[in-house]
Amino acid sequence: MNLLVCISKTPETTSKIGFTDNNTTFATDGVQYIMNPYDEWYALVKALEVKEALGGTVTVINVGPAANDVIIRKALAIGADEAVRVDAEPKSAVFVAQQIAAYAKDKAYDMILTGKETIDYSGGLVGGMVAELMGTPFMSFVSNLDVADGKVTATCDIEGGVEVISASLPVVVSASKGLAEQRIPNMRGIMMAKRKPLNVVEAQSADDHVSIKGYTLPAEKSGVKLVDAENMDELVRLLHEEAKAL
Amino acid sequence: MSVLVFVEAINNQYKKAAFEAVCYGAKVAEMTQGDCVVVTNGSADVAGELGKYGANKVLSFQSDNMHDTAFVTQAIAKAYEQCGAKQLVLCDNSRGKSIAGRLAIKLGAGVVTGAESLPSTDGGMTVQRGVFSGKALATYAYSSDNNIISISRNATPIVESGSAVTAESLDISGISAATQLVEVKRVEGTIPLPEAELVVSAGRGMKGPENWGIIDDLADVIGATTACSRPVSDTGWRPHHEHVGQTGIAIKPNLYIAIGISGAIQHLAGVNSSKTIVVINKDPEAPFFKAADYGVVGDLFDVVPRLTESIKKFKSA
Ligand SMILES: Cc1cc2nc3c(=O)[nH]c(=O)nc-3n(C[C@H](O)[C@H](O)[C@H](O)COP(=O)(O)OP(=O)(O)OC[C@H]3O[C@@H](n4cnc5c(N)ncnc54)[C@H](O)[C@@H]3O)c2cc1C
Repeated sequence: MNLLVCISKTPETTSKIGFTDNNTTFATDGVQYIMNPYDEWYALVKALEVKEALGGTVTVINVGPAANDVIIRKALAIGADEAVRVDAEPKSAVFVAQQIAAYAKDKAYDMILTGKETIDYSGGLVGGMVAELMGTPFMSFVSNLDVADGKVTATCDIEGGVEVISASLPVVVSASKGLAEQRIPNMRGIMMAKRKPLNVVEAQSADDHVSIKGYTLPAEKSGVKLVDAENMDELVRLLHEEAKAL
Repeated sequence: MSVLVFVEAINNQYKKAAFEAVCYGAKVAEMTQGDCVVVTNGSADVAGELGKYGANKVLSFQSDNMHDTAFVTQAIAKAYEQCGAKQLVLCDNSRGKSIAGRLAIKLGAGVVTGAESLPSTDGGMTVQRGVFSGKALATYAYSSDNNIISISRNATPIVESGSAVTAESLDISGISAATQLVEVKRVEGTIPLPEAELVVSAGRGMKGPENWGIIDDLADVIGATTACSRPVSDTGWRPHHEHVGQTGIAIKPNLYIAIGISGAIQHLAGVNSSKTIVVINKDPEAPFFKAADYGVVGDLFDVVPRLTESIKKFKSA
């Protein structure tokens, strides 16, 4: 099994979100970055589990600048065999998908995995785009996955339930919670990661189609109204009359 | 220039999100002086009803392959070409999210998922969506000739502005699926969390899964769906699909009642778009109170049953 895991970088979850240049640019000063949790906790670990069961290699791919090597090394420390970085600023989902598909095209991957979305821009588009570019099935929001005899059976989360679907390899899979259990890199993994290959390749030109023109911050809450714990009738009254929520 | 809207019928019925998408499509069609065409898997009679929400024309097809993203993509692409559309509207639900990327490539279109409101069309098309887990809104501009917008819930109000139309059938012969459906499992009787207007959510303050009876009782009296914080689902007290937050489900119900949840930034990220937030916590310093509209400082094991009683009294009055 040849597996490719798409990983991206997102601001650490407690980062302060602010903007500069007249609210047109995300303020990166002092922001720490992490590997996108859906990519790290579920897509990558599931790929490792499949490899451990069936043999093969796990490659991680990231589209981004050299600063991203830190998170790529972390993926190697968790257990990926090798890594590729497409050297470009990832400005849109379609640009990223085009780079991944161009790289994967002639490599005969059995499965390409992504997280269901990134936790910063939450577009959730890259997996489907890669599948369309590669002409393969796309299984999305996958919370359980079995591979046997060249066939994949996936449990896909839908509103209030699941759809279980199956397909022949190759496939593209987007990972949601439950697909695997987070793994913490150990000392040996971290040491080995330093010697694993990280290839840097040039980007292809591709259109973005959409761009961000500016940001606005939501209005602040006006402040909490405290209700006495002994007086739940009052809370019900407020929820009914004031908030119109009951 | 037409606007095409795709909505899925589940068991030949539409949910609220479908009506929102048709109303949204009708508004965009009005702005761009075009027709609003709907493509859907509903039967002709059910699909024709979508005319009431502003569809000028409805194309319907019947298929057992709605689970297959490639199949649905090709069916929509066919309708798109047939009606000469330049805009496609999708719902930002699990199905819409699964096909948006494929469709963008297939149609060579720009795509924005999770739009919060109607687009603006002066000086090119722009649309707003939440980013950084709802901590900001971003305005996206399209530079493509073909555009896809998938809309978040409540992006536009539902208004009945038209009358039923006769649905035409879309020829899908020759379009096949690459995946097989093994089974569909739906929890019956409860409203799925992403669609719920009322949510009762509980955290580690509950001490253990055996104490959830008071949460279920409260949820039952108001007809709410239950949710939980991440550690609660990680330790198996509650199922994963109840986990809300930055790494769980992001929700925006009318009312969110948070019980024994501290209000960590990652939790707030998934629930801060709720219209009204009530926090019940024994620690007056809990960060959640800063994000709440109403707060009760007290022991949840006393407060929650009391609240349930008060609601019962209110309901029967
Ligand atoms: C990368 C990352 C992603 C994360 N994503 C998420 C996410 O998506 N969703 C999420 O929820 N968390 C997420 N977390 C975890 C988050 O940081 C918090 O740890 C978590 O939300 C805390 O859950 P809690 O509020 O249930 O528990 P705690 O923080 O332990 O809070 C329990 C609360 O219950 C109160 N309490 C205790 N007993 C009582 C009582 N008898 N009566 C009333 N109140 C009582 C306490 O005062 C306390 O405020 C994430 C963390 C990281 C690092």
